[in-house]
Amino acid sequence: MDLLQIKNVSKYYGENRVLNNVSLSIKEGEIHGLVGENGAGKSTLMNILFGMPVIQSTGGYEGEIFINGKNYKPTSPEEAMAEGIGMVHQEFMLIPGFTITENIKLNREQTSPSLLSKVFGKRLEKLDMKAMAKDAREALNKLDMDIDEYVPVAGLPVGHMQFIEIAREIDKAGLKLLILDEPTAVLTEAEADKFLEVIKKLSEMGIAILFISHRLDEIKQVTDSITVLRDGEVVASVKTDEIDVREIARLMVGRKVELSERKNEDRKISDEYILEIKNLHVNMPGEEVKGIDLKVRRGEILGIGGLAGQGKLGISNGIMGLYESSGTIIKDGKELPLNNPREALKASIAFLSEDRRGIGLLLDDSIEFNIAFSSLEVQDNFLKKIGPMKLIDKKKVREHALRMIEELDIRCTGPRQHTRALSGGNQQKVCIARALSLKPDLLLVSEPTRGIDIGAKKLVLDTLVKLNREQGVTIIITSSELAELRQVADRIAIIYEGKLAGILPPDASDEEFGLLMAGEDIKKVVS
Amino acid sequence: MIVPIIFLIICIVGSFFTGLPFSFLFDEMVIRLARNLVLVASLILPVITGLGLNFAITLGAMAGQIALIIITNYSIGGTTGFFLSLLISTPFAIIFGYLVGRVLNKAKGKEMITSMVLGFFANGIYQLIFLLLCGTIIPVRNESLLLSSGVGIINTIDLANIKYSLDSLLPVTKYPIATLLVSLLVFIFLHFILKTKLGQDMRAVGHDMEIARVSGINVDRTRIISVIISTVLAAWGQIIFLQNIGTMNTYGSHEQVGLFAVASLLVGGATIEKASWKEALIGTFLFHLLFVISPLAGQNLLGNAQIGEYFRVFVAYGVIGLALVLHAWEKNKARTKLSDVKE
Amino acid sequence: MKELIDKIGLPRFIIILFLIFLMALAIYLNIPISDLITDILVRFGMNSILVLAMVPGIQAGIGINFNLPLGIIFGLIGALVSIEFKLSGFTGFFVSILIAVPLAAIAGYFYGKMLNNVKGQEMTVGNYIGYSVVSFMCIFWLLAPFRSPELIWAYGGSGLRVTVSLESSMAHVLNNFLAFKIGNVTIPTGLLLFFALFAFLVWLYSQSNNGLSMKVAGSNEKFALSNGIDVNRQRIKGTVISTVLAAIGIIVYSQSFGFLQLYNAPLYSAMPAAAAILIGGASLKRATIVHVLVGTVLFQSLLVVALPVINVIAEGSMSEVIRIIVSNGIILYALTREGGQTA
Repeated sequence: MDLLQIKNVSKYYGENRVLNNVSLSIKEGEIHGLVGENGAGKSTLMNILFGMPVIQSTGGYEGEIFINGKNYKPTSPEEAMAEGIGMVHQEFMLIPGFTITENIKLNREQTSPSLLSKVFGKRLEKLDMKAMAKDAREALNKLDMDIDEYVPVAGLPVGHMQFIEIAREIDKAGLKLLILDEPTAVLTEAEADKFLEVIKKLSEMGIAILFISHRLDEIKQVTDSITVLRDGEVVASVKTDEIDVREIARLMVGRKVELSERKNEDRKISDEYILEIKNLHVNMPGEEVKGIDLKVRRGEILGIGGLAGQGKLGISNGIMGLYESSGTIIKDGKELPLNNPREALKASIAFLSEDRRGIGLLLDDSIEFNIAFSSLEVQDNFLKKIGPMKLIDKKKVREHALRMIEELDIRCTGPRQHTRALSGGNQQKVCIARALSLKPDLLLVSEPTRGIDIGAKKLVLDTLVKLNREQGVTIIITSSELAELRQVADRIAIIYEGKLAGILPPDASDEEFGLLMAGEDIKKVVS
Repeated sequence: MIVPIIFLIICIVGSFFTGLPFSFLFDEMVIRLARNLVLVASLILPVITGLGLNFAITLGAMAGQIALIIITNYSIGGTTGFFLSLLISTPFAIIFGYLVGRVLNKAKGKEMITSMVLGFFANGIYQLIFLLLCGTIIPVRNESLLLSSGVGIINTIDLANIKYSLDSLLPVTKYPIATLLVSLLVFIFLHFILKTKLGQDMRAVGHDMEIARVSGINVDRTRIISVIISTVLAAWGQIIFLQNIGTMNTYGSHEQVGLFAVASLLVGGATIEKASWKEALIGTFLFHLLFVISPLAGQNLLGNAQIGEYFRVFVAYGVIGLALVLHAWEKNKARTKLSDVKE
Repeated sequence: MKELIDKIGLPRFIIILFLIFLMALAIYLNIPISDLITDILVRFGMNSILVLAMVPGIQAGIGINFNLPLGIIFGLIGALVSIEFKLSGFTGFFVSILIAVPLAAIAGYFYGKMLNNVKGQEMTVGNYIGYSVVSFMCIFWLLAPFRSPELIWAYGGSGLRVTVSLESSMAHVLNNFLAFKIGNVTIPTGLLLFFALFAFLVWLYSQSNNGLSMKVAGSNEKFALSNGIDVNRQRIKGTVISTVLAAIGIIVYSQSFGFLQLYNAPLYSAMPAAAAILIGGASLKRATIVHVLVGTVLFQSLLVVALPVINVIAEGSMSEVIRIIVSNGIILYALTREGGQTA
């Protein structure tokens, strides 16, 4: 009998279906790989398995899960742990000031009764540090870690921290299934090799492992079987030796939806470059760019794709000077000063941030003020001079806002409404209106449809295409949704581990996209 | 360690200019340590739990004073009176501590300024009760406690009944041995708490609330317990303090408690995030040494005793201000450093 | 009813109800209403610029400027210097301001620079920097080389007096300027006009491109950065304007009060100003001139009306207790709200 059986699990977030009839099963000691693009439903599936509160608070899920044939419906991480499910999160759950032992035993400390505990209860029992250290030592030994268990975690290499996290999970009594979310992403190559060995050892000990990774090589090398998720559905669940990396890549990216939406128009784009990027490094935490060369033609729509955390978002943020960067950026033949948002704006570059509510909007100010502000600040528009003072010209702001509201069809109660009250799609339109007020010739757009419902998504994308066609604005659109890039972009650059993996035409095959996104080497660059 | 060393140097230089005999200074310091240590110690747990400096120990001091007013009302004195007042103050302190904890949980990241304003606010309520309600709604038996109008508690209460009731409990020497023993017990108690599961949870919460929460620790509850213990200790500390002084300024004795205790702890080298019995002991010693010598040193050096008095108040505020600046500065620097590492 | 409360906010609702209750009581007790209104007008005028000083601080994102004493100190120095040179009337008043403003601006600049290094802890840090400055200045007042007999003790004691009478210099210059009577109510025209002038300037600035940059920097730092705004510079600007307004504010306050209050008087001066603007509906992130107007009127009316009413029905010090509870209560309320919500 299988250790874990997931049967026809579906999950909705509001109207949005993120998992549809997902079934998979894992045997004792099996290493099971789970692959899929961002938004394919991997995290949701993990959250369900681990009983995360977010699942309950959004209405639970449909379908059944069995552990050793017994029905399992977790409502809290504690229940999941009680059933022998452990999870290592992408972000470390370690307290730097604590020793390795204290971290491994966090909130599971051994204690011995004391005088006060007899009066005031269990929480005043004394810690049994020796017993704790012994357990920690055992767990570390299982992972072949010879590090001293009394050393504080602060200052240890990242690789060690990963192992300590795992040691914590194996120390939990009766661990049967260990979920690892992108465990090798932070490791060096040598560490990753050692890590994979440890995984195999754990499986020999009878612990099943659900291994989530975008490194297809690794998945192929270490797992016994593989499940590929796409758009919340299982597109394949097979033995690892029955499938090759190219096939996995194709399955991961392929869309049932045909690309027929794309109009067959004859695009003539000049050979002139509006922007040249040379050896760009951007220090954006979680989205580091590590040396990219890219040329953007005047009048084109360039898509930038790749999996989350690979650095695609860092490029636009770096060009705008929002995160520390180095390298050379040439706009219209002139070198653009780095790390200076004002210079970037003055060079007619506008930016729609991926963090719409955080960076893109003043949520407690009116729509009209949001729309006008960038232009007012950078270009001294919407001002009237009175004596030595330059005051905001509310009449001009109002007129402009009304025009934009009509042009972009922003649904609101009026230009004085605060942007906080708007829907995601309309907020995005306010951001677009603000960018347009700068009259840019290069527009950087990051994740323009994130958190927007399907109807509004199309409107936002259409608006961008219209801008490009009618006003000749060059657009660099960065998105986690490959499908939308393929719908609007003329070329698509795929970023992997902070570097340019390749540039593909929108009609390239699923396989090619999949391989590039997984960091496989295909020497295919369209120019 | 630099802060206590600087203060040590100031104190040594200063004590030269006072011309006070060593034996006098020694006696004075023993007495001051005995009566202040518990108050300073009451600050340790909230620091460890990540709440920073708990200026709201003022509420604990109020609980202590409430108990003292009650025993004075029933004219219970001596050792009985002293221990009874400890007993009476405890439930008040637990309730106050619970309320403070609740409020501070709603002001995460702004605990210190909130605890300070909370102290001021509670002071208003305290005055409302003792100025207006005592003698009208709340019956007061001992009429010598009431103002001549019959409403409100008098400004200065004579605690002769319990004066030195703890200090001279063990009359082996002229020093307050019993009080020092009680302080020692409190330190041992705190040390013990930190070795328990509860203490471990407090440390975890203090280091990283988010990780503690994910690990299943009830963060809010742990913080509240920490504040309750702090408030109870402050109540006891205030009673110990006042039994040594012998008179109580009904509307003033508690006001500066938070300030002086916090300054003492910081002078000892504690920070917003780190404090232990060592810093409490060293800090209380140095701060009060400065307190004793600065008026005299001011008189002898600058011919004006008032300068010394203002100077010690300036030191109290200044050391807190400096500690806060340095702490926030470090935190800001740490933030930029994190991104540097990732380069 | 619920809608009404939602619209004007619970704290304001309670305060207005309480105020109406006190007014009714005042009428019932035959307290002359015209005197009360005269008082309210004067108290509004003398406090409003200090409250106004909170606006640029909050707009620039440093929160409530608890370091108002910094500006106040320089206002006092300005006034002292002008008295030392025997200036009186409007000359004295304007020379005081002329001396105070550049000093306050310089101090505000350095304070603003410091605040940029302690982001997130501005209020706690500011509060204790303020206390430190006040206690340091106590020493300065003792040693300052002033000679005028108006300023120093007539005999005995060294240094400046604790309160300096302005009777022979600039007392009431603004209050009496164009003052007129309607019935028994005196309108302090000059005082109100002076406030109106500064309120207008602050409003005008908030409508200018510079002022808007500052406001945006305060309300969303990341948004401001992405629009090329130097956030740190804007924060310094807000701090400087706030400090300068505090300096002018205390001069206006003192001429109306008739005395300069030195030594520990400025210690808690930020509290009533903070309370007033919060009562007016400001939050830690948002403040406008309307909040200043509404808040100062409500808060000062409450204090003015409470005093005689409570004198009749209870202890005199009760109005002080009400001030403590209301002002600290409202600050506490604001601190425990989520980020941008109004108090």
